[in-house]
Amino acid sequence: MAETLATHPGAPLGAEAAHGAEPEHGGGKRRDFLKLVTGAFAVVGTGAIVWPFISSMNPSRDVLALSTTEVDLSPIQVGQAVTVVWRGKPVFVRHRTQQDIEAAQQVPVSELRDPQTDAQRVIKPEWLVMIGICTHLGCVPLGQKPTDPHGDYGGWFCPCHGSHYDTSGRIRKGPAPKNLVVPPYTFTSDTQIRIG
Amino acid sequence: MASGLHQSDFKNPVVRWIDARLPVFTMMEKEYGTFPTPRNFNYLWNFGALAMVTLLIMIATGIFLAMNYTPHVNHAFDSVERIMRDVNYGWLLRYVHANGASMFFIVVYVHIWRGLYYGSYKAPRELLWMLGVVIFLLMMATAFMGYVLPWGQMSFWGATVITNLFSAIPLVGDSIVTWLWGGFSVDNPTLNRFFSLHYLLPFVIVGVVFLHVAALHITGSNNPLGIDPKGPQDTVPFHPYYTVKDSVGLVAYFVVFAVLVFFFPNLLGHPDNYIPANPLVTPPHIVPEWYFLPYYAILRAVPNKLGGVVLMFSSILILFVLPWLDTSPVRSMRFRPIARIALLLWTVAFFVLMWCGSQPPEGIAVVLARIGTAYYFAYFLVILPLLGRLERTLPLPESISRPVLRGGGPLPAGAAVKPMEKA
Repeated sequence: MAETLATHPGAPLGAEAAHGAEPEHGGGKRRDFLKLVTGAFAVVGTGAIVWPFISSMNPSRDVLALSTTEVDLSPIQVGQAVTVVWRGKPVFVRHRTQQDIEAAQQVPVSELRDPQTDAQRVIKPEWLVMIGICTHLGCVPLGQKPTDPHGDYGGWFCPCHGSHYDTSGRIRKGPAPKNLVVPPYTFTSDTQIRIG
Repeated sequence: MASGLHQSDFKNPVVRWIDARLPVFTMMEKEYGTFPTPRNFNYLWNFGALAMVTLLIMIATGIFLAMNYTPHVNHAFDSVERIMRDVNYGWLLRYVHANGASMFFIVVYVHIWRGLYYGSYKAPRELLWMLGVVIFLLMMATAFMGYVLPWGQMSFWGATVITNLFSAIPLVGDSIVTWLWGGFSVDNPTLNRFFSLHYLLPFVIVGVVFLHVAALHITGSNNPLGIDPKGPQDTVPFHPYYTVKDSVGLVAYFVVFAVLVFFFPNLLGHPDNYIPANPLVTPPHIVPEWYFLPYYAILRAVPNKLGGVVLMFSSILILFVLPWLDTSPVRSMRFRPIARIALLLWTVAFFVLMWCGSQPPEGIAVVLARIGTAYYFAYFLVILPLLGRLERTLPLPESISRPVLRGGGPLPAGAAVKPMEKA
C-alpha cells in the first residue's frame, strides 16, 4: 500500500483498490496465481496440523506393545479349554478330543454359511485357537466350561442372540454371519504359542 | 414480518436458503466482510486475532490431551509421561499446549499494552475493556489450574501456595481454603476439581470473547491515532484488508510459536515439574510460571500476608476502573508526551517486577519489587488522574485519512484546529 502511495502521490486511495482488481498487464493472472498458491499452502498446512490430532487417537505405543500374548499349552488337558486375553479380547484355546476333531472334519463344507474346512482353521488339529467374540454383535459365546451350554453342534453357544458354533468354531445356526475369527498365531515350541 | 424470512442477497441457492432462515452468512459478511475498519491499523492490531487463534489451539490440543490424561494423584504424572513417550504425537500436543499457554499470555499482554498505549479503554469502549479484563482473569485461573494437572513438584507446591492465598482472608480464610481443597491439604479431590474447571473455563472464555467481540463491533475499533473515523474515507472493509494483514501476522506468530515448540519446548518451564509431586518436600526455590511473576513480586513486596494478597489482586482489578482513572480526553499516547513516558516507565516497572518475581525474596530484589509495585499503582492512581488535568497534549489530526492522503509526512499546520476533540 505504501509503495502504491509513493508511486501515485496524492492519488485517492479508491483508485488503488480498483487497480488491484484490474486485469491490466496480466495483473489478474498474477492475483489468481497468488490466491492458488496461498490456498494450496493453507490446505497442506491444515492437513499437516490435523494429522497429529487424528494419529494421537490411534493405539499408542504402550498399547501396541501389548499386542502379542504367549500361551503355555502344556497344562491344558485333552478336552479342556482356557481363555486368554489378547489385545483386550478373549481368545479361546481348546485342546480338542479326537471326537471333536472328527466331527469338525466330517461336516460337508457346502452346508456351511461361511465355508471353511477344519484344516483351514487350525495349525495342529488338536489345538483350536480363536477369538471368543461372536461375529454377530460382539458378545462372548458360552462353551468354554463343561457345564456351559454348547449349542446344537457341540461347540459354543452365544446367549445374546442364539448363535450356534460347532467344534471348529464355525457358525451353524443363528444370526451370526461369520465363523469365530482365528487370530494370527505361531507355535514357538511344541507346547507354546504366540498370538499376534 | 409477513413471510418471516430474511431477505438474502447471496447468489448460491443453498447459501441463500439457509441465510433466509438463519442469516449467519449475512452476519459474517457484515461483521467480517464489509465491516468498516479504520484504515490506519499497525501490526499491534493483529493481537486480538492472534489471541483468538491461540484460544482455539489451546482448546483443540487440550481436548486431545484430555483423551489420554488421568486426573488422579496416583496416575496423573505417569499419564502425562505416557503422553510424552507412547501416545502418537503426544509430545507435540503437550508441548503445543504448554507453550501455547505462554504464547497466549505474550499475545494478551501485547494486546492489553496496545489498549493502554492507544487509550482503547476510554469511552465509548469501557465495557469492551472490562470484558477483556474478565477474559484475562479467567485465563489466569485456567492457566494456574492447568499447571497443576501434571502433578509434578511445581504443580503441587504452586497449587498449595496459590490456594493458601485465600487463607489471608480474615475469619473465614481457613474454611475457604479447606473448601477449595476438598480436604485438609492439596490432594486428589483438589486435582479432580481443577481438571473439571480447567476443562470448563476455556469455554466460558469463548463466551466472554464473543461478548468482547460483540461490544467491539458496536463501538468499532480504536486506531493508532485514537480519533474516530469521520466517514468512509477513513475506513476500509475488514476483508480483504485486515484478513490479509492478520494472516501476515499469524504466519510470523506461528514461526515464533514453532521455534519455541520444536527447539526450546522446556525453556519456559521448570525442571522441578518433571519430579512427581511430593507433599512432604518443598522444592528449594519455588516460582510460578513466568506470566505470573510480576503479580508474585507484588505479593512478596509487602511484609504483611493480607496486605500482599490484597495488593496482588488489586493490581489486576484496578484495570476495571482504569477508564475512569484516566480522565484525559485524548486517547492515543502519540499525542500525550508526558503520559507516554509514564506508560513506558510503567512497562519497565512491569518487567522489573517480572524479574523480581523470579528471584529469591531477599536483597535488591525486594527493594526493586517495592519500587516497581509503588510505581505500578502510582501510574493508575496518581499519574493518570493528574495528567488528565495538567498535561498539554499535542494537536490531533483532523481525520485518519487526511495526513495519509497528503503523503504521510508531518501534520499540516492546519490540523491543530481541534486539539481537545472528544476522542
